[in-house]
Amino acid sequence: MSALLQVKNVTKKYGGLTANNNISFDVSENEILSVIGPNGAGKSTLFKMISSFTPTTSGEVLYHGERISNLKPHIVARKGIVRTFQETTIFKSMTVRESVIVAQHLRAKASLAGYFWGTKTAKEDVAAFGIYADELLEFLGMSSISSELAHNLPQGNLRALGVAIGLATAPKVLLLDEPFAGMNHDETMQMVDLVRSVRDERGVTVLLVEHDMPAVMNISDRIVVLNFGEKIAEGSPSEIQNNEKVIEAYLGSVDDEIGM
Amino acid sequence: MKNISSKQLVSVGLLLFAIFVAAPLIIGATGRWDFYFTLTSVALLAIASAGVWLTFYIGRINIGQGAFALIGAYVSAILVVKSGVSFWISLPAAGIFAAIVAIVIGLPILRLRGVYFAMITLVLTQVVTLTALALPITNGAKGISSIPLPSGVSLFGIPIIPDFAAMESTKLAFYYTACILMIATYAALYRLVNSRLGHLCRSMQQNEELASSIGVNISYIRMVIFAISSFFGGIGGAMFGSIAQSVYPSSFQVADSVNFMLNCFLGGLGYVFGPMLGTLVLYFGWDLLFELGKYQLLVYSIILIAVIRFLPNGLLSVRIGKGASK
Ligand SMILES: Nc1ncnc2c1ncn2[C@@H]1O[C@H](COP(=O)(O)OP(=O)(O)OP(=O)(O)O)[C@@H](O)[C@H]1O
Ligand SMILES: [Mg+2]
Repeated sequence: MSALLQVKNVTKKYGGLTANNNISFDVSENEILSVIGPNGAGKSTLFKMISSFTPTTSGEVLYHGERISNLKPHIVARKGIVRTFQETTIFKSMTVRESVIVAQHLRAKASLAGYFWGTKTAKEDVAAFGIYADELLEFLGMSSISSELAHNLPQGNLRALGVAIGLATAPKVLLLDEPFAGMNHDETMQMVDLVRSVRDERGVTVLLVEHDMPAVMNISDRIVVLNFGEKIAEGSPSEIQNNEKVIEAYLGSVDDEIGM
Repeated sequence: MKNISSKQLVSVGLLLFAIFVAAPLIIGATGRWDFYFTLTSVALLAIASAGVWLTFYIGRINIGQGAFALIGAYVSAILVVKSGVSFWISLPAAGIFAAIVAIVIGLPILRLRGVYFAMITLVLTQVVTLTALALPITNGAKGISSIPLPSGVSLFGIPIIPDFAAMESTKLAFYYTACILMIATYAALYRLVNSRLGHLCRSMQQNEELASSIGVNISYIRMVIFAISSFFGGIGGAMFGSIAQSVYPSSFQVADSVNFMLNCFLGGLGYVFGPMLGTLVLYFGWDLLFELGKYQLLVYSIILIAVIRFLPNGLLSVRIGKGASK
């Protein structure tokens, strides 16, 4: 079986610093694959290259065998590969519902001029966006905050909003950069369930960067481990937990974080 | 935001009443016919300012609208004088030509932000002036004068627009033309801002990275907006040329470009109708201070600074602030 997404010998250099060195791995359809590693290991950089937010120095990323690296972010998004951000990244003066509606840009059937003149297709789009937004917010358990302005939301909800905006694009592959950051245990567990149902019910392939090891071990089908820009391991959660190199890398930084 | 409230309907009704009933009545009663010219100018300046407001909407400070007004004025004048085209065809052509120039210039400069974009646009007016001085087709410093008045238009023998040259006074005709164009401009602007294009502009203004992550082609949208903005500039300029029946390299200067921008600031960047109000207030404000002689500019500047300092969201924020908070 050929992979859905292939990362092939990808290297990223920032001046003298090698953030990613010759990284390769495959992602199969409907998989939840986590990328873990200590701070500064190069996880976010890898995501940025997959989503074409930054070009690779060498190597390439293929989706259905077609190169998606070194393009423009909106073109990759159009193909169905959508990322969320590690830092809080929201439309701050929009409500939750407005954000999720604007994020359905790629689902539009009418042209921009069509919306201006209010054609039939445009009106149908607008109605469909509203329905989909409400359905999505319901699915994410965010209906009660749908008319809140984004910049008034507490941290935990901001993360969820980031995921909601990503999901609103109806992606094929969703790249989540630390979606559980700043969440307490219960919120994290809820989010874990959500991410799993995104995969199960919506057929979205998920790539995840996370530091929360229990959550990662719980949710992942497979894990790729980075350390100082190098891939040091790849395998199932149990394989990773018992991998000598991984334990060493983590003991070097955060004690005992990997055991669960 | 989508449905027009009754309050908005009343405001629009009042505006239409003021333009088409009250103003002509007052002018008729007082005999101040020159007032038509003033109001016509305000309407045309408001059209150009609407374009500048639109570039603000994508987070760019545009101090170059004078350049596009000048381009529009020349295109219309050249078409009418040298090619004998009807003014009513030269008018949209002027807008479209300005939009095309905007696309060509926009390609490299729309990447720039903040003060860098502002500085380049500031230079633009001067560049167009110098180009007009240099090119043979624009007739250099002599400019183009004796532009014929707009001719009549009839469709299937039914007259739609009367021949301006046959009129005793064109003041009223130009006044109505300018006002109708202004209303069309602001209706289009309102519609645009509340349509998908406007929503996408807001998304990229609030967070460009997030906008591109959801598939918004930011550079394309910026280009579309800048083109529409310059279209309005071209239309305003072409109308001015037709009224003055002449165009010179100095017809629009850097100071005009600055004023277009100030109109937007003054009226309020958050309100579609802000630049319209801003233009009116600024134009009359300047005239009212005429009595002050050499202190006119000083007092005018101080008042402007004070308004921008104490009403950072523009004049319209006062009215809105009292009513609903949203
Ligand atoms: N734009 C940039 N310019 C220069 N160096 C960068 C840039 N972005 C990242 N780096 C460097 O590349 C390395 C990898 O950064 P990256 O953000 O990918 O790490 P990470 O694994 O996501 O870390 P964290 O867990 O802290 O988010 C770091 O040393 C970082 O300082
Ligand atoms: Mg990171």
